[in-house]
Amino acid sequence: MVEPVLDSLRGVGHRVVNGIWRLGYASGFLLMTLVRSGTSFQRFQLTIKEIYSAGVLSLIIIIVSGLFVGMVLGLQGYETLQKYGSSEAVGTLVALSLTRELGPVVAALLFASRAGSAMTAEIGLMKATEQISAMEMMAVDPIARVIGPRFWGGVISMPLLAAIFSAVGVFGGYLVAVVLIGIDAGAFWSQMQNAVDFRQDIVNGIIKSVVFGFAVTAIALFEGYDAPPTAEGVSGATTRTVVTSSLAILGLDFVLTAFMFRGI
Amino acid sequence: MEKTLYLWVGIFVCAGVAALFMLALKVGNASTTFQTGDAYSVNAEFDNIGGLKVRAPVKSAGVVVGRVDAIQFDGKKFVARVTLKIDKRYPFPKDTSVSILTSGLLGEQYIGLEAGGDREMLKDGETAKLTQSAVVLEKLIGQFLYSKAAEGGEKK
Repeated sequence: MVEPVLDSLRGVGHRVVNGIWRLGYASGFLLMTLVRSGTSFQRFQLTIKEIYSAGVLSLIIIIVSGLFVGMVLGLQGYETLQKYGSSEAVGTLVALSLTRELGPVVAALLFASRAGSAMTAEIGLMKATEQISAMEMMAVDPIARVIGPRFWGGVISMPLLAAIFSAVGVFGGYLVAVVLIGIDAGAFWSQMQNAVDFRQDIVNGIIKSVVFGFAVTAIALFEGYDAPPTAEGVSGATTRTVVTSSLAILGLDFVLTAFMFRGI
Repeated sequence: MEKTLYLWVGIFVCAGVAALFMLALKVGNASTTFQTGDAYSVNAEFDNIGGLKVRAPVKSAGVVVGRVDAIQFDGKKFVARVTLKIDKRYPFPKDTSVSILTSGLLGEQYIGLEAGGDREMLKDGETAKLTQSAVVLEKLIGQFLYSKAAEGGEKK
């Protein structure tokens, strides 16, 4: 009678302790990656390779989604603003929502599912096929050689991707609002420039994207490094990467927004 | 292979930086924000600033000539002290009147400058004497109701 209750209680305790242990392990891993990232900069061609696979290969999805998000914002914004007779403000709406929120957040979500999952799978498979152990055997530090360049490649790529996303999105909004609907181009740009502040909106968006890049890459690399060396383990780790980093992006976004735009 | 990879990364970085510049110059207001070196500051005291905010535009004849730099409360005189940064290219005479205006019916508030006829110009850090506070809607309605009531009283 008491036994199943005790068992489930024990299960909960085990999970909590395990979660805290993993958090500590992940922090130690991140710290080691940062400490041993000298190699990533001394042999910068390693990092460039990772910028290619994390950043350049994500360009297509970022550009296409940015364009469509901007176009949808233009259409929806026009639809609503027209009721209040201020359809020229659609430029403001598109630019502010992209630079403040959608640019960094959607780009980071896409980055997590496009590049983060690939990173986890790659490192998980390296571990499953004992390439990581082989490196250690040859006195090559896998954290400096494999993890570090991937980490910095992701952290460098993310803000650039978010900036491209926002810029392409604004262009998409321009296409819909000015070219398709026929709002005056001068009003579109000038209202946008009046409303968007460089320091408040654009720089804060960049800060957000840097933080997201840091979080997503760290989670992806840790999940890969920590994956059980089986086919099942790697697939589970890849799923966890996408889920955890998406949640981390949204949670961090709330915290950062609360810091940045409080009292304005 | 290695060469094309570097080429692509180079293109990617260039595209990212170009996007940042486009955001800063075309979307944002970095192009219209002038440096503090090109501006001189003028103080003005108001009884009530309404909803005026830091970085609100300073306009003369409808053209933006500066920005609101700081808003402080003067604890001795119990007035609001507003510091304006005005572009060096536009000197204003000493008897310029500084008023807080509203763009549109419920739009944001800005500072309007109306040049006077004085020969001497405002210098950096000087205080403009002629000011006009923001119109507070509640006070306006209160005055209106009061005058209406007074009219009604006279008729009887």
